[in-house]
Amino acid sequence: MQLTVWTYEGPPHVGAMRIATGMKGMHYVLHAPQGDTYADLLFTMIERRDQRPPVTYTTFQARDLGGDTAELFQSAVRDAYERFRPQAMIVGASCTAELIQDDPGGLSSALNLPIPVIPLELPSYQKKENWGAAETFYRIVRVLAGPSAPAPGASRPERAAGARPSCNLLGPTALGFRHRDDVTEITRLLDRLGVTVNVVAPMGASPADIARLGEADFNIVLYPEIALPAANWLQKTFGQPLVKTTPIGVGATRAFVTEVARIAGIDAAPFLAEESSRLPWYSRSVDSTYLTNKRVFVFGDATHAIAIADLAANELGLKVVGLGTYSREFAREVREAAARHGVEALISDDYLEVEAKIAEQHPELVLGTQMERHIAKRLGVPCAVISAPVHVQDFPARYSPQMGFEGANVLFDTLVHPLMMGLEEHLLHMFKGDFEFKDGIAPSHLRGEGSRQPEPQAETQVERQAESAEAAIVVANDHPAKLSAATVATWTQDAEKELRKIPFFVRGKARRNTELFANENHVAVITVETLYDAKAHFGR
Amino acid sequence: MNAVPPPATLKSAMPADSQLDVLSCTTAAPAAGPAIIQSERGQRAVFCGLTGIVWLHRKIQDAFFLVVGSRTCAHLIQSAAGVMIFAEPRFATAIIDERDLAGIADINDELDRVVNRLIERRPDLKLLFLVGSCPSEVIKIDLSRAALRLSRDLMPNVRVLAYSGSGIETTFTQGEDACLASLVPGLAAETAAAPKSLMVVGALADAVEDQFRRLFADMGIAHVSFLPARHAADMPSIGPNTRYLLAQPFLTDTARALEERGAVRLCAPFPLGAEGTTEWLAAAAAEFGVAPDRFEAVTDAPRQRAERSVARYHERLSTKRIFFFPDSQLEVPMARFLSRELGMQLVEVGTPYLHRQHLAGELAMLPSSTLIVEGQDVDQQLDRCRAAKPDLVVCGLGLANPLEAEGIATKWSIELVFTPVQGYEQAGDLAELFARPFVRKQLLSPMLEDASCS
Repeated sequence: MQLTVWTYEGPPHVGAMRIATGMKGMHYVLHAPQGDTYADLLFTMIERRDQRPPVTYTTFQARDLGGDTAELFQSAVRDAYERFRPQAMIVGASCTAELIQDDPGGLSSALNLPIPVIPLELPSYQKKENWGAAETFYRIVRVLAGPSAPAPGASRPERAAGARPSCNLLGPTALGFRHRDDVTEITRLLDRLGVTVNVVAPMGASPADIARLGEADFNIVLYPEIALPAANWLQKTFGQPLVKTTPIGVGATRAFVTEVARIAGIDAAPFLAEESSRLPWYSRSVDSTYLTNKRVFVFGDATHAIAIADLAANELGLKVVGLGTYSREFAREVREAAARHGVEALISDDYLEVEAKIAEQHPELVLGTQMERHIAKRLGVPCAVISAPVHVQDFPARYSPQMGFEGANVLFDTLVHPLMMGLEEHLLHMFKGDFEFKDGIAPSHLRGEGSRQPEPQAETQVERQAESAEAAIVVANDHPAKLSAATVATWTQDAEKELRKIPFFVRGKARRNTELFANENHVAVITVETLYDAKAHFGR
Repeated sequence: MNAVPPPATLKSAMPADSQLDVLSCTTAAPAAGPAIIQSERGQRAVFCGLTGIVWLHRKIQDAFFLVVGSRTCAHLIQSAAGVMIFAEPRFATAIIDERDLAGIADINDELDRVVNRLIERRPDLKLLFLVGSCPSEVIKIDLSRAALRLSRDLMPNVRVLAYSGSGIETTFTQGEDACLASLVPGLAAETAAAPKSLMVVGALADAVEDQFRRLFADMGIAHVSFLPARHAADMPSIGPNTRYLLAQPFLTDTARALEERGAVRLCAPFPLGAEGTTEWLAAAAAEFGVAPDRFEAVTDAPRQRAERSVARYHERLSTKRIFFFPDSQLEVPMARFLSRELGMQLVEVGTPYLHRQHLAGELAMLPSSTLIVEGQDVDQQLDRCRAAKPDLVVCGLGLANPLEAEGIATKWSIELVFTPVQGYEQAGDLAELFARPFVRKQLLSPMLEDASCS
């Protein structure tokens, strides 16, 4: 039993819904009680879809449990087929129906419907949304593409001379973080490179499209969390190589293009000479120097967390002080990436633990999910959202990909926007006493948000909130030793006053460093001297 | 393969007609209104009772709601109501995992561990609700016993209660019913010597509560309380001299529990609109012997204000045809308000359950031959809705955008639950909620309809 304030992922059947809703001509019959129908609104409200998800729920009630829920399920499948006439169906159970152990697969195959009916086994008490999506996609691909598999051992026929190489884009789903725009961006990029997209799946694909996945020369795995099991099976069955590089960031996009070109047997050089992003120059231009070594904490699904951490460090010059994911399935990859940045990976789906780790690291910028946005707000740290779980704001009206060269432009803006602008930050350091530079103030270009804070008390409020939140978290997580403040040196009044002159968004770090320094050097009373000794000791 | 039999605790959850006669009503009106009542079974598109936590945790300010359920439950609460605006909500889910199901972990030990961690994190809590879910009901976790045990350990600092918000037993607002019913046995007892008092039952916005408090005070009704109170320590006391008024139409189990404690229900329509509010107040006035001229003096000005503010929307809404999908059980009183005070035409009034006795006054005020559909088969209902081409549809969030995309104007029913709409001062706001889709349509360029893509 796990205490959960917020969840990063829904249950696995929501993952299956994301596959079905992304597709065309597919219908999902879900054995589930009425409350589970809430999931419709994820799609109609958060993603603003203009159609109901293609899902029929049996909505059994307590009074049905004594009777025949199996019959209820069968009639739901029959009615759904009659009404929606899908090309194929998936059937399964949600968490409650899993407990009553009707057998959706067996029950529906007994109906002998004239379409493929694909049973799903999604263990709700072990697995989560992304796993459910990946498993569903894998099952669908196996059942629908399987019949056109070549005989084992047969080699792939050569591509006709002069024909453009073709690939499938695998992984985008309904309710995915910027999937809509990533697909557009990568399709355009591939087209300019000279590669045709055969099928995008599951998003936009019909069962008939899935059946012809094997026709492409290779597969591009855009979102490994969803597409990797299916892509591995396609590789084994159809001999289609995989492109696994995630094209997020300029460097990764260039590596992606090179990898695609190698597999497709074409020359990437002309394309790479011509195409690029504004990010490299924006990042090199002098006004970006204020980004140097700013402490950034990155958390999200594995794909986005890894890619964004690399981009933050290598393309913006930020310092990654924390990297983590809730995708346990990709813990190994995230650990490797964290090692590259010299930090220990945080693999957790416990919001409270993530909150404690962020507070502990005193980042100056948090790049995370909507959950980390809350944490950052509490701690008074700027934040940008870079990964699912999603919110209505994560479906912007404008074109806003994360992938490809345009994605890099978007990410430069997204990551830099929440921060103080360079000179503004300097001025704030220099003239803290200025009556208009009140502490706790928001960056001037985010005035609207800042003005909502009650300004006169903003200084102490924000800081106290941050500090007390931190204390609460530490207590809740049973390692009070991590917070040195409770046990070490006391501050003189003068030192306390001097500390107040440090802008609030780095004050927590200064306090912590000073106390750490005092502790290590057995200083019992922190004076102004100690404060500056510590500053000299720790550098920046 | 076979379904497990329903847990014994489920029996009382369904408001079967046979149980209605337990509920005494001082002026029992015949339930048979002129409306045509049909019932329907099939796929439902409604929330489960867990959703009530979204407003109840704001209403009772020192209470915490711990759902004992699955990841689905946690996901429902956080996404259904878009409640992610609260960084530190007073609700959470204890997610059951396979270790609990396999019996590797003792569920009660696990629950104690989770509750202790929670109490440590939130030492300000005074009242903790353990909220049952579909999985916890099916595997028969006895949360009532767990609540007793935990209460013993945690009292006097924290009281622990249990109720079920599971979707196999409760629909949407029935979660509030179950929650309030769980509070009733713990209310302090009053003797027969206590003065006659009035209890208003059902969560209301604080501002609305204050307005009603003032009105009752001006009428000279001295002892007035509200259930739920804003703090755990302020819950009202109850006894044979308690008279209660339901502020919400979905409180079946709460009403039954109150009557078991000796309280007597005052029959009234619900306080929606000028007319509904007047009748509702009048029921209390009559019971407490308020002189008619005093009642008139107290209610005259606010009633006229309400009528004026409703009238502002009359022209826009009258003769417009409205169709309700079932959701909150507020549908019948809403329909009554819209038809009588705004002249709207009722095409179909869907409601998840129809409590014929609590709604007797409402049913009698509906235009004759109003079609009321109890229960749901969502696809059939959508067919009827499309065929009827209503001017406005009241429906849940899952249906609203798809219907809008078909050119049918909608009003989200959940907004009617989350917005203060009861009482005189809110009558105009209530009318405005229904007028807004029409206002909006008028504001937006017609070009948008042709140029839409998603």
